[in-house]
Amino acid sequence: MSNRVVNILVPIISIILGLIVGAIIMYASGYDPIAGYQALWQGIFGDMYSIGNTLRQITPYILAGLAVAFAFRTGLFNIGVEGQLIVGWFAAVWVGYTFELPAIIHLPLALLAAAVAGGFWAFIAGFLKAKLQVHEVIVTIMLNYTALYAVNGLIKYVSDGGYKTPTIHETASLRSDFLKDLTDFSTFHYGLIVALLMAFVMWFLLEKTTRGYELKAVGFNQHAAEYAGMSVKKNIILAMTISGMFAGLAGAMEGLGTFGKMSMMNAFTGVGFDGIAVALLGANTPLGVLFGASLFGSLKYGALNMPNAAGVPEEIVSIIIAVIVLFVASGYVIRLGLQKLAKKKEAK
Amino acid sequence: MSFIEVLYFIVPSAILYATPLIFTAIGGVFSERSGVVNIGLEGLMVVGAFVGVYANLQLGDSFGANTPWIAMLIAAITCGIFAILHAVAAITFRADQVVSGVAINLLGLAGSLFLVRLLFDGRGQTDMIEHSITRFSIPGLDKIPFIGKLLFHEVYGPSLLAFGIVVIAWYVLYKTPFGLRLRAVGEHPMAADTMGVNVNRMRYIAVIISGALAGLGGAFYSQTITNDFSHATITGQGFMALAAMIFGKWHPVGAMGAALFFGLAQTLAQVGKTIPYIQDVPSAVLQVLPYVLTILALAGFIGKATAPKANGQPYIKGKR
Repeated sequence: MSNRVVNILVPIISIILGLIVGAIIMYASGYDPIAGYQALWQGIFGDMYSIGNTLRQITPYILAGLAVAFAFRTGLFNIGVEGQLIVGWFAAVWVGYTFELPAIIHLPLALLAAAVAGGFWAFIAGFLKAKLQVHEVIVTIMLNYTALYAVNGLIKYVSDGGYKTPTIHETASLRSDFLKDLTDFSTFHYGLIVALLMAFVMWFLLEKTTRGYELKAVGFNQHAAEYAGMSVKKNIILAMTISGMFAGLAGAMEGLGTFGKMSMMNAFTGVGFDGIAVALLGANTPLGVLFGASLFGSLKYGALNMPNAAGVPEEIVSIIIAVIVLFVASGYVIRLGLQKLAKKKEAK
Repeated sequence: MSFIEVLYFIVPSAILYATPLIFTAIGGVFSERSGVVNIGLEGLMVVGAFVGVYANLQLGDSFGANTPWIAMLIAAITCGIFAILHAVAAITFRADQVVSGVAINLLGLAGSLFLVRLLFDGRGQTDMIEHSITRFSIPGLDKIPFIGKLLFHEVYGPSLLAFGIVVIAWYVLYKTPFGLRLRAVGEHPMAADTMGVNVNRMRYIAVIISGALAGLGGAFYSQTITNDFSHATITGQGFMALAAMIFGKWHPVGAMGAALFFGLAQTLAQVGKTIPYIQDVPSAVLQVLPYVLTILALAGFIGKATAPKANGQPYIKGKR
């Protein structure tokens, strides 16, 4: 079996195993797995409203997945997507309600603000990694909580002691009446275009530019990259910052598209952590991320239909996602199994 | 409020908030000293919190005032078993340990909430427990002027257990052959293997210990501070314990010190508005303090913190 086939088979087998585990758990808990999965399917594709909201859910997942995948490709682990998303969300909303500009300037400006804020938040981790060899995983985890509480404090400050920001102006919104009518009043918005565009940007940057080649080279082997005359430090900082910009844009999707404002949060959105699952499933390629985000975004949104339609707790989907992650991460064993299987066939 | 009164108010509360962090951080020390990164501590704490509350509700009638202790024990055993999942993925299946830890976090929270809905008629939180962990004064010691009232008056039993575990962990890790082997597989597994230490077995044991301790931490938290379990019971305490472990330079006593400090910061964030001297500080500042300090600590402003050398790498026999 060629490497390429195995690389595609590992995630597919993991998904199937995850769904089987989910069915077993449902069955063992006295729920009907078939009704459960039917409700899930209906929740994703049932009508135009569901499809619209599913696409809306996929949008930030794509960007969060791109953020994690981009960092992975350059040898970094950005577990701080959650925090970068939060600061990006706030920055986008702040620009969205503070300024009064024509839409053609306002919307791009708000998106840019989110990217810059998310990029800056990740830059801190990249800088510490490059200059002081501090491991980025721990720093980004700490920055997640710093972002959560700091932004809560900011929301309180800008709303004079309230718990949510003002709503953004129409000119900064990603929503449109056209999409609303098309999808039967779902919250689907134009952010999907931004997300798809960014997937292309990541592909182009990594595969078609010198800079992308350098970023990947540093990720593969720092010493070789340095020997070839590349600046390892500069590339680490840059890679982390770009990753953070994707994450910041994921926040803008929530701020400018789905909610139009930001409320205080007592826990994380979870999108950032799910982004790790998305990137992992998508083998850290832009196309794979689109696929992974579509799957996990659909599952997450479709799950909301499960309690009503089948009486199954929606948490079952999070369990399935966690199991899929475990299986993909343990890909070594699946690879081993596939190789043994292939050998047996050859022997025959 | 006089300064002394403020101390009488803050110190016991800081110890209360620090106790679950101490349990969990010591667990982290065991796991990471053996070379297995465990960011699944958060998920393990969530499971511990849920199991603690559920066991408490189920056993309350039969065990009365001893229920919380039994519940903590059950939570520790459950989480020790749950941690095996992380061990299998990270040690045997050679999964990326951080990714596997993330999966443990997702699974711990989702699984607990799923069980809550299953066991409590589709509701999002459990019933309130009737037998929460109670405070008591240590006879004799609480009569010491100042210190007695500060440290030995109205304490939680498990807090004493936590301090005891710090001493035990220090002794086990630094004064016994077992501890030496455990640290050896975390620093240089191949050397340890050459000397006849079973690397993977040591790592399995360490991860199971870390799970059990995180379970104690979660069960203590849910039986003192929240008294029920929902999605918002454990929000970051596991990561804070991880931070305490790093801040404490992967040493039990250091981790305890850091946990106490974070406990103080959490206390101030909770009750800061009622205390003179700091009531003008925005609570957000106090809330981010533990995390910002950890970053600063890592950046080397408070002495260099170095992880065990083989931390995060699966051990593959015969590979250089």
